[in-house]
Amino acid sequence: MSASTLTTIMENNRRAGRLTRIPFLPAAFPGRDEFWTVLAELAAHGADIIEIGVPFSDPVADGPQVAEASRLALANGGSLDYIFEGLARRRAELPPGLVLMGYVNPFIQYGWTKAAQDLHGREARAVMAASLANLAEKMSQAGVAGLIVPDLPLEESAPWLAALKQHGLDLIALVGPNTDLKKMKAYAACGAGGYVYVVSVLGVTGVREGLPPEVKDTLKRARQAFNLPLALGFGLTSPDQLRSLPSEERPEGAVFGSALIRHLSSGGTVRDFMAPWLA
Amino acid sequence: MKGYYGQFGGRFVPELLSPPLVELEEAMAIFLNQEAFKSELIDLLINYAGRATPLTFCPASSRELGVKLHLKREDLLHTGAHKLNNTLGQALLAQRMGKKKLLAETGAGMHGVATAAAAARLGLEAEIFMGAVDVARQRPNVDRMRLLGAKVIPVTEGTQTLKDAINEAFRHWIAHQADTNYCFGTSAGPHPFPELVAHFQAVISLEARRQFLSQTGNLPDYVVAAVGGGSNAIGMFRHFLEDAEVDIIGVEAAGTGEPGCYNSAPINVGRPGVLHGQLSMLLQDEAGQVLPSHSIAAGLDYPGVGPEHAHLAATGRVRYDLITDDEALDACRFLSIHEGIIPALESSHALAWVIKHAPEIKDRSVLVCLSGRGDKDLGIIQEAMEKRGLTL
Repeated sequence: MSASTLTTIMENNRRAGRLTRIPFLPAAFPGRDEFWTVLAELAAHGADIIEIGVPFSDPVADGPQVAEASRLALANGGSLDYIFEGLARRRAELPPGLVLMGYVNPFIQYGWTKAAQDLHGREARAVMAASLANLAEKMSQAGVAGLIVPDLPLEESAPWLAALKQHGLDLIALVGPNTDLKKMKAYAACGAGGYVYVVSVLGVTGVREGLPPEVKDTLKRARQAFNLPLALGFGLTSPDQLRSLPSEERPEGAVFGSALIRHLSSGGTVRDFMAPWLA
Repeated sequence: MKGYYGQFGGRFVPELLSPPLVELEEAMAIFLNQEAFKSELIDLLINYAGRATPLTFCPASSRELGVKLHLKREDLLHTGAHKLNNTLGQALLAQRMGKKKLLAETGAGMHGVATAAAAARLGLEAEIFMGAVDVARQRPNVDRMRLLGAKVIPVTEGTQTLKDAINEAFRHWIAHQADTNYCFGTSAGPHPFPELVAHFQAVISLEARRQFLSQTGNLPDYVVAAVGGGSNAIGMFRHFLEDAEVDIIGVEAAGTGEPGCYNSAPINVGRPGVLHGQLSMLLQDEAGQVLPSHSIAAGLDYPGVGPEHAHLAATGRVRYDLITDDEALDACRFLSIHEGIIPALESSHALAWVIKHAPEIKDRSVLVCLSGRGDKDLGIIQEAMEKRGLTL
């Protein structure tokens, strides 16, 4: 099996001694056209991987910044169709690795109606498996390498892993301060790939000062359980937060969503936002 | 599969919520069948909440409709609805687990009041999340919760109603799981909530089945309950599911009733989807965005439904029909005038089914779950009647 695109990006950066920068931006935010401009600017200013948010009406793992941006994104027509159509025209000019991040329902509904017709019935889980196969095919065609699904724990992930594996795509595990070593090992064993999204705090997305003290332990357990690069997320605003960690415990990547959204919403430029992360 | 009713159910939550849900599941396995737990809960249900609730035959309505109408009187339970069956159970469980706080969502406020009461009784703190729109339109229940010592937190996100109150409650629980249990209000949500809530609400049919047999010598021909999230209905259905001769009817809210109107009828007009941790029937658009719901009965105003109801609909064991706002309002007035009982607008949907289908079920016996009393709805009833050119 060939190595995952996402793993390769992060491994190469690690060898080069630098952090992998992973911005998160909801599709069609801040606007239908501006989104693609911002994406290109992020790529031009050092983003290695970009997590494109698939907006959902009920974002239960998100704090106020991302929830509000998702609401705007939905109003702007942000959807899987919008993402796939846009990428069909622009993927060649976007060097970073791409990941979709979103909640379960929009993903399983992508192609649900057709799958339900094809299967002549309402055996919900069979229809879901067919929808996911359709989603994985579209992701592969659009050059998207992986999925992050915050409301999909290990116990429900089998049909997702099966569909993504068909196209060599990654389902990225999310683990946090209350995920014990045994559970992390179970995620690793079930075939979660790409990188590991380590949630810094027992909470929702959002801008926070510093880093909670338990981060060190979470990173240590994740390092022990997975043979994958680690990306730290939730609450990151500046690279200084990572410098507070002993160098051997630092993650390979940093995810920043809320801080970027806040910066863009207040009229800031991508270049200014990315500058500290390039230092 | 674990946590599923046939095709429906599951636990679609962030990994950060897995540990507290597993902890709850383990506590259920330890305590629910433990004698000391059961006897303390039974004591609370009898001597604090007022169980058993009566089974009331309705002579005037029966004559008028040509059916034999019986009501299971959950409206007479302390705090005015069936909700307390569940909150006392969950509060006692939380206490046994060493938790200090109960967290809850509420729409119309009945589950919030029942949570606040159970928490007060058992020495727990209560924090209730309620959509800002609901806070404004259900003021008396907000005041009741505060008087009972609960903290009411208005939710200003999204539709500012029940759906968003649940989202905010989950967010809060992620950060406060160490000392807090989420006291979920209906038989929906991630596993094990649907089973936990059904377990505590099943007391409704446990009593009603015995009472009906003892009063009439037979089982009812029909058992009818309104379905929002589905907790009074699952409580009413549980002990009749094995009785093949009993027809079971769940009633969904059709809203104003015109084609394409907002409604709260995911089983009839939705399709399977994932919201609030469960795969079940759901009101949603083509892209899987959750649609706003509507019902004159605030307690039915929810775009999803518990997974066991989706399963019972798929297997055909329970028939799920529709009743409009107008039909429910008429049923509320009908029962008030004929029997001297003011039913909640939620329960009025179940009564309206009997009135609407009376010719089809002539001379048969019907057992309706009167899940709550209608005092809380007086403002809504008055306003709705004025709109129709009527007065109280």
